[in-house]
Amino acid sequence: MTATTHVDTVGHAAATPEVDQPYRELGLKHDEYTRIREILGRRPTDAELAMYSVMWSEHCSYKSSKVHLSYFGETTTEAMRSSMLAGIGENAGVVDIGDGWAVTFKVESHNHPSYVEPYQGAATGVGGIVRDILAMGARPLAVMDPLRFGAAEAPDTRRVLPGVVAGVGGYGNCLGLPNIGGEVVFDPSYQGNPLVNALCVGAMRVEDLHLAHASGTGNKVILFGARTGLDGIGGVSVLASDTFAGDEGGTGRKKLPSVQVGDPFTEKVLIECCLELFGAGLVVGIQDLGGAGLSCATSELASAGDGGMRVELDRVPLRAKGMTPAEILSSESQERMCAVVRPEDVEAFMDVCRRWDVIATEIGEVTDGDRLVITWHGETVVDVPPRTVAHEGPVYQRPVTRPADQTDLEADDPVVLERPHTPEALRAEILRMAASPNLASRAWVTEQYDRYVRGGTVLAQPADAGMVRIDESTGRGVAISCDCNGRYTRLDPYAGAQLALAEAYRNVAVSGARPVAVTNCLNFGSPEDPGVMWQFERAVHGLADGCATLGIPVTGGNVSFYNQTGHTPILPTPVVGVLGVIDDVRRRIPTGLGAPGDTLLLLGDTADEFGGSEWAHVVHGHLGGRPPAVDLDAERRLAGLLAGGGVSAAHDLSEGGLAQTLVEACLLSGRGARVTLPGADPFVALFSESSARVLVAVPESGTAAFTARCAEAGVPCHRLGTVEAAGALAIEGLADLPLDELRTAWEGTLPALFG
Amino acid sequence: MRIGVITFPGTLDDADAARAVRYAGAEAVALWHGDADLRGVDAVVVPGGFSYGDYLRAGAIARFAPVMGEVVRAVRGGLPVLGICNGFQILCEAGLLPGALLRNAGLHFVCRDQRLRVERTSTAWTGGFEAGAEIVVPVKNMDGRYTAEQSTVDELEGEGRVVFRYLGANPNGSLGDIAGISSADGRVVGLMPHPEHAIDELTGPSADGLRLFTSVLGSVLA
Repeated sequence: MTATTHVDTVGHAAATPEVDQPYRELGLKHDEYTRIREILGRRPTDAELAMYSVMWSEHCSYKSSKVHLSYFGETTTEAMRSSMLAGIGENAGVVDIGDGWAVTFKVESHNHPSYVEPYQGAATGVGGIVRDILAMGARPLAVMDPLRFGAAEAPDTRRVLPGVVAGVGGYGNCLGLPNIGGEVVFDPSYQGNPLVNALCVGAMRVEDLHLAHASGTGNKVILFGARTGLDGIGGVSVLASDTFAGDEGGTGRKKLPSVQVGDPFTEKVLIECCLELFGAGLVVGIQDLGGAGLSCATSELASAGDGGMRVELDRVPLRAKGMTPAEILSSESQERMCAVVRPEDVEAFMDVCRRWDVIATEIGEVTDGDRLVITWHGETVVDVPPRTVAHEGPVYQRPVTRPADQTDLEADDPVVLERPHTPEALRAEILRMAASPNLASRAWVTEQYDRYVRGGTVLAQPADAGMVRIDESTGRGVAISCDCNGRYTRLDPYAGAQLALAEAYRNVAVSGARPVAVTNCLNFGSPEDPGVMWQFERAVHGLADGCATLGIPVTGGNVSFYNQTGHTPILPTPVVGVLGVIDDVRRRIPTGLGAPGDTLLLLGDTADEFGGSEWAHVVHGHLGGRPPAVDLDAERRLAGLLAGGGVSAAHDLSEGGLAQTLVEACLLSGRGARVTLPGADPFVALFSESSARVLVAVPESGTAAFTARCAEAGVPCHRLGTVEAAGALAIEGLADLPLDELRTAWEGTLPALFG
Repeated sequence: MRIGVITFPGTLDDADAARAVRYAGAEAVALWHGDADLRGVDAVVVPGGFSYGDYLRAGAIARFAPVMGEVVRAVRGGLPVLGICNGFQILCEAGLLPGALLRNAGLHFVCRDQRLRVERTSTAWTGGFEAGAEIVVPVKNMDGRYTAEQSTVDELEGEGRVVFRYLGANPNGSLGDIAGISSADGRVVGLMPHPEHAIDELTGPSADGLRLFTSVLGSVLA
C-alpha cells in the first residue's frame, strides 16, 4: 500500500460530496464548514480541510478579537504612524529609529504548550518569535520573556517553572541571543494555565526590510531549514486515522507529542544562513513556518502577493514515513522558512544554504493565477483562493457583558485592611515584602539566561529595562520593557492596560531612552465568556487610548484566548512591551542608587492607593477596590524630564512601592541610603503603588538645578535623603536595615522554592 | 598582528571575540571551520557557543573540523591559542589541553559575574597581568565543571599550569576551583569564563578581560 493510493484529491472531492468529514473534531463549526463548501463549490479535500481548520482557528484567524483590534488602527494618528515602516498584519512591526536603522520587535504567547510540556513549549516559543523577527529581514538581537505561574509554593509550579526557565534558556542561549529582561509573576489564577510569552527585537538597515509576499510570476518557492515531521500536528491526526490503515497509519498509528520539539542549533544555523541570503539580495519574499506550518506560509505568501502559487507537496523533505498531504501541511515542525526567489538566483540561494548545511528544496512557484494549487505526486489535493484561507476567515462579534461580580469587587476597598503602625511592624513588613515571591530577586531565573552574548547588552535584568547597542560606531541603541499587572487589570481592565503601558513606558524612560513604539500580548480567558470579552474590549480600548495620549503607536501584537482552568479564567493579562530609542547608549541611566553623596529624590506624588497592591496580596490575600489612578500626562512629563539628563542612577516605583524600590536600589548598587519618608503616613509612603513615580539619584552639586527643572517640567519632587557608602538602608525614625539582612531576605526566596 | 577567530556552526561568541581582538589593537581574521587554512594568523581564538549544538558532547564534533587539524599542527610550532568556554571544551577534546568539562554541579546553565584569580602569568595570554591579580569576568555555561584524573590535576598544580581559579562561590563544582589551564609551554590556554565579555564597563562587568588579548600581542611581538 503506498501513500498515494488513499489521497483525497480535488477530483475525488468533487465526485463524492456526500463524504462525512470530521470538521468538528478539527475545531470548525458547522456554519464555518458550510462556508468552506460555498467558497470551493464542493466539499474540501482532506488537505484543504486541514488548511482551513487550522487557519480559521482562533490562534491564526483572530476571529473573536478582530472586531476589537481594529480600534488600534482607528486611534493611530498620522503623526504616530510616521516612523512605522510596517505595522499590524506583518510578521512583526518595524520602526525607523534614525541613522538608517530599522528596528522590529514583537511578543507572542506559547502558553498552552508550555503547560503540557514546559521545556519544549517554552523553547519553541522563543524559536517562533525569533523566526518572526528574522522573516522581516532583521538580525535578531535580544529576547525577553514575560512568564506567569501559579502560586509559588504550589506543587505544580515546581513542575512547570523549572522546565519553562530551562527551556527559555536552553533554546535562547544556544541561539546566541542575550536575554535582557522579562517578568516572573506568581498568582493562583495561572495554576492550570501558565503564561509563557516571548519577545524578540531585531535590527536591520531600512533598505533591507523584507515583507512576506510572493510576487513575480515564475519566481520559485523554496522551503529551507529542518525537515518536516509529525510533531506538532495536533488535531489533524483525525484525518490520518480516517484515511490510513496498517503500520504507518490507522488507529494503531504511533502518537507523537502535539507539542513541537525545538532544535536551537538548527535555528542558529538558519539565522546565519538567512542573513547571508538577505545580504546577497537573493530573497524576494520570506515567511517563517510557525503555527499552521506550510498551510500558513503558502497561503499567506500567496495571499499577500499579486498572483497565485503552485506547490508540489511531495517535494517537501520529510523526517517521517507515510505522512499524508494534510499532515505535511499542518505539521508545526520547527526551524523552517519559506522564501520566494527569482529563478536566476536559485542556484546562488542553494549555494549559501549548502555552505551552512541547510536543507533547501524548491517546492513550487508563483503563478499568474489567483489560486493556491498544491499537488501530491501529480494529483491536485488543494485548489483554493489563498485569501479565503489566510485573510478572509470568519469574524465573530462575541457577546460582551460586564461580569456580575465586578461591582462587588470594586466596592471591596482595601482601606478596611489592617495596617502596620509601629516602627517594628513596618520594618518587619519591609522584609516580608522583599522576600515575597513576586518581589524577591529573580536571579535564580535570570542566571540561567545568557545576557552577554553578542557583546551589545548595556542593561539587562534586574535593570528596569533591557538595552542593547545597535550601532557600534554611533552608540545608537534601543531599550525595551514589558510589563503587566493582572491584578490591576482584573479590577479595571481599561485602567489596568493603561497601567501596564505606563509602567513599560516609564521603565524605558528611566533607562534614558525615548519611548517610540508599543507591542502587546493579550492573554485572556475564553472569548465565549461574555465577561472575558468585556475585559478584552476594555483592555484594548484602554491600551489604544493610552497609546494615543502618549503619542506612540502599537506596531503589532498577539492575542491568546482560552487561558483558563475549567470555567475560571486567568487574571486578564495584557502584557505591554514598549520600545525606546537612545542616541548613544553611553548615556544610559543605570538602575540603582548612584554614587555615595548623591541626593535621592522621589519624583511624582504618592496617594493612599492599595487596590490590587502587592501589599494587599502578600499580607491579606486581598484583591479588591480600584487600581492606582492612571496619569499618562504625568508619565509623559516624567519621561521628558529624564530625557534631559542630570541623573546618575534611577529606579522605577511599581509593585511593593517605595520600600521595594529602595531595597532593590541599595542591593543592586551595593550601597546604603539614609532617607526620610515623605508625607504624614509612613505606611502609605512605603507601600502605596501610586503610578508615575521614580526614585532618582542626582549628584549633590546638580541637585538645585535638577529640582528647578522638575518645577519647570511640572514633576513633583521630594527630597528623600542621600546615598551612603556604608551598608544599610536607614529610614529616619523607623528602621535601620543592614544590606546583608535585606540581601538574605530578597535573594533567598526563589532558590528555597526551586532549588 | 593578526588574530584568527574560528566560526563553527553553532559558534556564538565569535563576533565578541573579534571585537575584543580589535579593542586590543590587533586585526581580527575570520577562520571558517570547513577550511583547513589559518590564513597566516599569529594567534587563534576558539570562541564560545554551542558548536554543533553540543550534540554528542560539548566540543566532540568540532574537534574533527578541518580547521582544527591546522590548529593542532600550528600549536606544535608554538602558535598561541585561546579557548573560551566551548573553545576550551574543543581544545580538551582535541587533546591540546588535559581533562574534560562536565555538566555544572547545579545542573543549570549559570550566567554570572565571576571573580577569578590569575594564578599564572607566564603564558601567552596572561603575561600582562600581575601575579595573583583578582579580576571579574562573566561565566556562562552549562558544562563548566572541570575534571581530570587526580594525577593530571596534581601535574597541573605542580607545574603551575592552573591559570585561573574561581574566587567566592564555585559556579559549577569545578575540581580545585579550576577556571582555566594552560599547556606546559603556556602557549595554549583554555578557560570557561568569557574575557571577551569584559572588555569595557559599558557592556561587561569590567574591562579586565581585555588584558588576555593585549597580553598575546606582547607575547607574539616579543
